[in-house]
Amino acid sequence: MTDVWLVLGGTLTGAVGPGISVLYATYGELITERAGRINLGTEGSMLMGACFGFIATVETGSATVGVLAGMVAGSGLSLVLAYLVIFRDTNQLATGFALTLFGAGITAYAGRGYVDSTIGGLNPVAIPLLSEIPELGQALFQQDILAYIAYLLGPLLFIGLHYTRTGLSLKAVGESIDVAFAAGRNPRLIQIAAIAAGGALAGLGGAQLSLGLTHTWSEGMTVGRGFVAVGLVIFAMWSPLRAMVGAFLFGGAIGLQLQLQTVGAPVSPFILDMLPYLIILLVMALWSRASARAMPEGLKGVLKATT
Amino acid sequence: MQYPISMQQAQGFAINLTGRPIVRSLFAIVFAFVVFAIFIVIIGRDPVEIYTKMFSGTLGSKVGLSEVGVRMIPFVLTALAASIPARVGLINVGGEGQLYIGAWAATGVALYIDFGTIWLMLPAMAVGGFLGGAIWGGIAIFLRHWRNVNEVISTLLSNYVAILFVNVFVFGAWKNPTGFGYPYTSNFGVEAILPAIASTRLHLGLVLPVIGIIATYLFLSRTRWGANMRAVGGNPDAARRRGIPVLRYIIFAMLVGGGLAGLAGMSEVSGIQHHLRPGISNNLGYMGFLASWMANHNPIAIVGTSFLVAAIVVGGDVLQFSGNLPSAAMLILIGLVLFSVLGFRRLESKAQ
Repeated sequence: MTDVWLVLGGTLTGAVGPGISVLYATYGELITERAGRINLGTEGSMLMGACFGFIATVETGSATVGVLAGMVAGSGLSLVLAYLVIFRDTNQLATGFALTLFGAGITAYAGRGYVDSTIGGLNPVAIPLLSEIPELGQALFQQDILAYIAYLLGPLLFIGLHYTRTGLSLKAVGESIDVAFAAGRNPRLIQIAAIAAGGALAGLGGAQLSLGLTHTWSEGMTVGRGFVAVGLVIFAMWSPLRAMVGAFLFGGAIGLQLQLQTVGAPVSPFILDMLPYLIILLVMALWSRASARAMPEGLKGVLKATT
Repeated sequence: MQYPISMQQAQGFAINLTGRPIVRSLFAIVFAFVVFAIFIVIIGRDPVEIYTKMFSGTLGSKVGLSEVGVRMIPFVLTALAASIPARVGLINVGGEGQLYIGAWAATGVALYIDFGTIWLMLPAMAVGGFLGGAIWGGIAIFLRHWRNVNEVISTLLSNYVAILFVNVFVFGAWKNPTGFGYPYTSNFGVEAILPAIASTRLHLGLVLPVIGIIATYLFLSRTRWGANMRAVGGNPDAARRRGIPVLRYIIFAMLVGGGLAGLAGMSEVSGIQHHLRPGISNNLGYMGFLASWMANHNPIAIVGTSFLVAAIVVGGDVLQFSGNLPSAAMLILIGLVLFSVLGFRRLESKAQ
C-alpha cells in the first residue's frame, strides 16, 4: 500500500515539470487555432526551440539568451507555414507536417555538435512559503522560472482572448475571415501574427524542455509533444484554462510512468512509455463530442471528425 | 479564402501528366534544389560537389540505381497509404505506425508458424502484414466515427505507440536468445525471405508496389467504386444523398491504406532486414506521406515522387558515408521540395 502512495505522490510532484513544455506549445497552438489556422509544425517549432535554445545557452552561457533564441527559432519556422498557407493557399495539415520534418532535419543537422554539451540551464527556484505547503507546494512551487510564467500565462491568455480588443479580433478572424474583414480587421495580418506567436510559444516550450527539464539536447527529443499539444487544444475546447488541465494530465502521465519505472513495476518499460500518448487519446475520445461544438468556425473545414 | 481539403482534392484530381501541372512540378523541384544549394553555400560547402556526389551515387551507377529501387518499395506503398484515404477526405499520417505493426505481424507469422515452403510462407506474411496495418489504421476510423477524434491527431499519436509496441516484443519475448543481448528477433528462415532479384539488393517485394500502383489506378479511375470514393471525398453530404454508403467507403479506404503501409513493413523485414529490430522504419512512413502530397495523391505521379524521394534519401546516405553532410540534412531538402511543389500549385490554379 505504501508503494501506491509513493507512486501517487511522485506522480503529482513529477507531473508539473514534464507538463510545462507541452503547456507552452498548447498555448501557442491555441492562439493559432483561435485565428482559424492549424499548425502541425508545432512539433518542429518545439524541436527548433529545444535545439537552438540549447545551442545559444552553450555558446553564451546565458539561459535567458537561450530561451529567447528558442522563441525566435520556433517562430521563424512557423512563419514558413504562415507564408505558404496564407499566401499560397497550400493544405495546412500537409504543410505543417512537412514543416515538422523540415525542423527535425534542421535541428538534427545544427545540433549534432552539441549532443554531449553540458549547461547550467534553468534551475528550480523555490517560492518562499508557498513551496512549503506539503506535497502540493513542492510540486507546484519548486520549479524553474518558466513554470511560474506558464501558470500566469493561462489566466492572462484567457483574459486577453475574451476581454481585449486584440483577443476579440483574433477570435473574429477565426470565426469568419469575411466578417472580420468587413468589420475593418486585417485577417491576414492577424493570422500571421497568431501563427508567429504560436511558433514562438512552441519554441519557448522546446527551450524549457532542453534547458529546464533535461539539460541536454538530443535528436528528436520532443517525441511527439508538439502533436500532443495539437490534440490538447481540442481537448481544451480552445480555452487556455482547460489547456492547463490537459498539459498537466500529460505531465502526470509521464510522472506516473517514471514512478512506475522507479518502483520496478513488472511491466515492459515500453508499455509504460506508451502511457502519455494513450492517455491523451483516451481523454480526447471521452471529451471530443463536446469539443466539436466549441471549435472555431474557421477550423471546421480542416479538422473534420465526423462522416 | 480557404476551402475544405476535400474540395481541393476534388479540383486536383484530374490525372494530367502531359499538361502543365507536371511542368510546374518539375520547375518547383528545381527551385527547391536551388534553395538547398544556397543552404549548402551558407554552411560553407560546395553545392556542385555535393550534387555531383548525390547524382553519381544514385542515378549514375547500377548499384546506386538498384538502391533507389530498394527504397522506392516502401515509399510507394506508404504513399498509397496516404493517397487512398485522401480520396475520401481522410488524412492518414499514420503510415509510419501502420508500417511498424505490419512488420510486427509479418514477423510473428515468420517466427511462429511453420509453413515449410516459401509459396505459403510469403503470402501468409503478406496477409499478416496487411491485416496488421489495416487494423492499426482502422483504430483511427473507430475513433473518428464513433468518438469524434480527428484522424490526423489519432494517427500521429498512434505512430509513437506503434514504435513502442514493437520494442515491447524485440526487447522482450521475441528477443533472439543467441543475439548477444541485441534487441533483434531471430533471423527468418529462407522460406520467409523475399528472394533477391539478379543478385542485387532489390528483392521480390518489388511486385507489391507495382501491383499496388496498377490496381489503385485502375480501381480509382475505371470502376464505379473509385468514382464513388471521389464523390465521398468531394462532398460527403451530396454523396450520401445520392445513396452512396459513405461510412463504408471511408472504412474501406482507411483499411486498404493501412494495409498497404503494413505491406511495406512486411517487405522491409522480409526483403531487407530478415529479422525485426527497433527503428526499422526511420521515417519511411512519413516520407511516403510527403510523396503522396507531392503527387497530389495521383497514383501514377506517386511513382515519380517516390522515385525522387528515394533518390534524395539514397543520395543522403552517400553523402553521410563520404562525410560531406549528415543524412538528416536530406529531411531539409525533402521538406523544401514539398513546400515548393505545394506552393507552385497555387500559381497554376490562379492562372486558369
